[in-house]
Amino acid sequence: MPFANHKTTVPVVVDEEKCIADKGCRVCIDVCPLDVLMIDEVTGKAHMRYDECWYCMPCEKDCPTDAVTVNIPYLIS
Amino acid sequence: MKVSEIKTVELDVLVIGGGTGGPLAAVTAKEQNPELDVMLLEKANVKRSGAISMGMDGLNNAIIPGRATPEQYVKEITTANDGIVHQKAVLAYAERSYDMIRKLDEWGVHFQKDQTGDYDVKKVHHMGTYVLPMPEGHNVKKILYRRLRRNRVKVENRYQATRLLKDRDGKIAGAFAVNTRTSEPLLVRAKAVIMATGAAGRLGLPTSGYLYGTYENPTNVGDGHAMAYHAGADLANLECFQINPLLKDYNGPACAYVTGPLGGYTANADGERFIECDYWSGQMMLEFYRELEGGKGPVYLKVNHLAEETIQEIETVLHTNERPSRGRFHAGRGTNYREHMLEMHISEVGFCSGHSASGVWINEHGETTVSGLYAAGDMGSVPHSYMLGAFVYGQICGESAARYVNDWKDAPLDEDLVAEELERVMAPLLTEDGIPPEQMEYKVRRLVNDYLQPPKVTKKMEIGLSRILQVREDLAKLQARDAHELMRALEVHSIVDCAEMAARASLGRKESRWGLYHYSVDYPERDDSNWFCHSRLFKDADGNMCTGKRPVEPYVIPLDDDELAAYQSMRIEDTEAAE
Repeated sequence: MPFANHKTTVPVVVDEEKCIADKGCRVCIDVCPLDVLMIDEVTGKAHMRYDECWYCMPCEKDCPTDAVTVNIPYLIS
Repeated sequence: MKVSEIKTVELDVLVIGGGTGGPLAAVTAKEQNPELDVMLLEKANVKRSGAISMGMDGLNNAIIPGRATPEQYVKEITTANDGIVHQKAVLAYAERSYDMIRKLDEWGVHFQKDQTGDYDVKKVHHMGTYVLPMPEGHNVKKILYRRLRRNRVKVENRYQATRLLKDRDGKIAGAFAVNTRTSEPLLVRAKAVIMATGAAGRLGLPTSGYLYGTYENPTNVGDGHAMAYHAGADLANLECFQINPLLKDYNGPACAYVTGPLGGYTANADGERFIECDYWSGQMMLEFYRELEGGKGPVYLKVNHLAEETIQEIETVLHTNERPSRGRFHAGRGTNYREHMLEMHISEVGFCSGHSASGVWINEHGETTVSGLYAAGDMGSVPHSYMLGAFVYGQICGESAARYVNDWKDAPLDEDLVAEELERVMAPLLTEDGIPPEQMEYKVRRLVNDYLQPPKVTKKMEIGLSRILQVREDLAKLQARDAHELMRALEVHSIVDCAEMAARASLGRKESRWGLYHYSVDYPERDDSNWFCHSRLFKDADGNMCTGKRPVEPYVIPLDDDELAAYQSMRIEDTEAAE
């Protein structure tokens, strides 16, 4: 069956001004249990690629520059 | 790719799962014999993995000398679990509980102490006093990580174990794993394997409809339950589902263990108590369900009668430890603990011995029914064992595995298993025009909700089973476009396995037991003459999923009739009379 492009909001937001992933930081990506954060190939910053979030917060708590905010997923909020 | 091209490592002990029990198992094996080659394989990253990735706010089953005894605790769990317990395994936990607390204390885990420096345990259970708060429990994972490093445990993160390997003698011989970021396979040859993969938490679908909004950390899919099953190990009491009283939609614990000792309680819509005891048991959940269904709901956690100082203490504990996004959830909804009662609901179903009794069968040595295979924590069958039980059984398994590898004898690997597994694992990457993992997962979990959730009805469960088997036929159509989707696709295999197990186990036990956990409409009574036994679920020699019975071994701590009935009257009498 062909695929549709299914749009969904993602709960984790990364402040690109503060994010230092382009300088090699991988903290949020390393600690995410669901492995849903990745590097954006265009900006070099971290972003949430998959809407598979437990709103558990290691990414936010462990970020060295306070760049990450975990929101409650829309279906739950 | 050919089998001969797969990267292979050889070890003494492989531990699968780096959350709670896994690190203890790995560290213990190294403490027993520092020469052993021990590897910890983790699907996420051991720094932040498993049920306690963000920490934990307390021990729910601490047996502290002077406040409780192992014998009392064994009695409490025996009655809370309606008599179906392997008491020796509960006793082995209870006898080690205090030493484990001391060990964790030495490692730097902070437990609440009173003015005289004694552990400040609280009463939450029906009979005994076992709850020890950890108001600074957010550092548990960091402490475990330091211990792994200090004991030189090899850690491999982002590897998903997919099947256990066996040798020609039928002993465990390691595991097949896949890197979740590159989809490269890895063959781990090990003399002993300890599984600590947590609950099967992505089985039912949360009422929010959000696949990952589960009570359990959604990494805990039931991979371990599926692997143990395919390796020929017995699973036990799977129909004793995990069903928890949670904050509605948020799906985190409400959490009566934290608020109870401070004066909070579970209430109905009128703000009245209706259950004697907030300790999570099937009997309590049945009363919760009846209140919801009986027009007296919603059910709430009530703390708005407490003093400001107490509420601040509750907020600090609940918003900084186990599920710290909870404060954000309440802020978004505009609920304030001072003014409002907090709406609760019943969680999706799952397998989790931490709170109920369902899991891979283990004895008091952590041994499964397969030689060389051990299981600890939420996936093992020791009931109501919580975080401290995972630590203790991690330790027990680490000791048992270290002993076992001493007398281990080599035998050739069953190569057919490896070839078969390589093909199964890589198939979703080769499929074109297939079904995305998310869709198949939603479908099978929705079927679990529709047909298997208590109250359990035989006809419905039969339909559910046949529909689940139809989804099983679809597994060959799973399509993954990258390594991440491959991980999800392989998880769907585990979920389908667990869904079938949940259906067959529930159809097997023809009585009602454990309150709501196995509340059967067709067999509403408890039937001790036919069903005072563990249930078994296993794969027979022809590859069929079968159920059976395992006798309950004679108790080592006998209970009198009053003690045996202690959890049978959870409802507060006045409320019942008023109905």
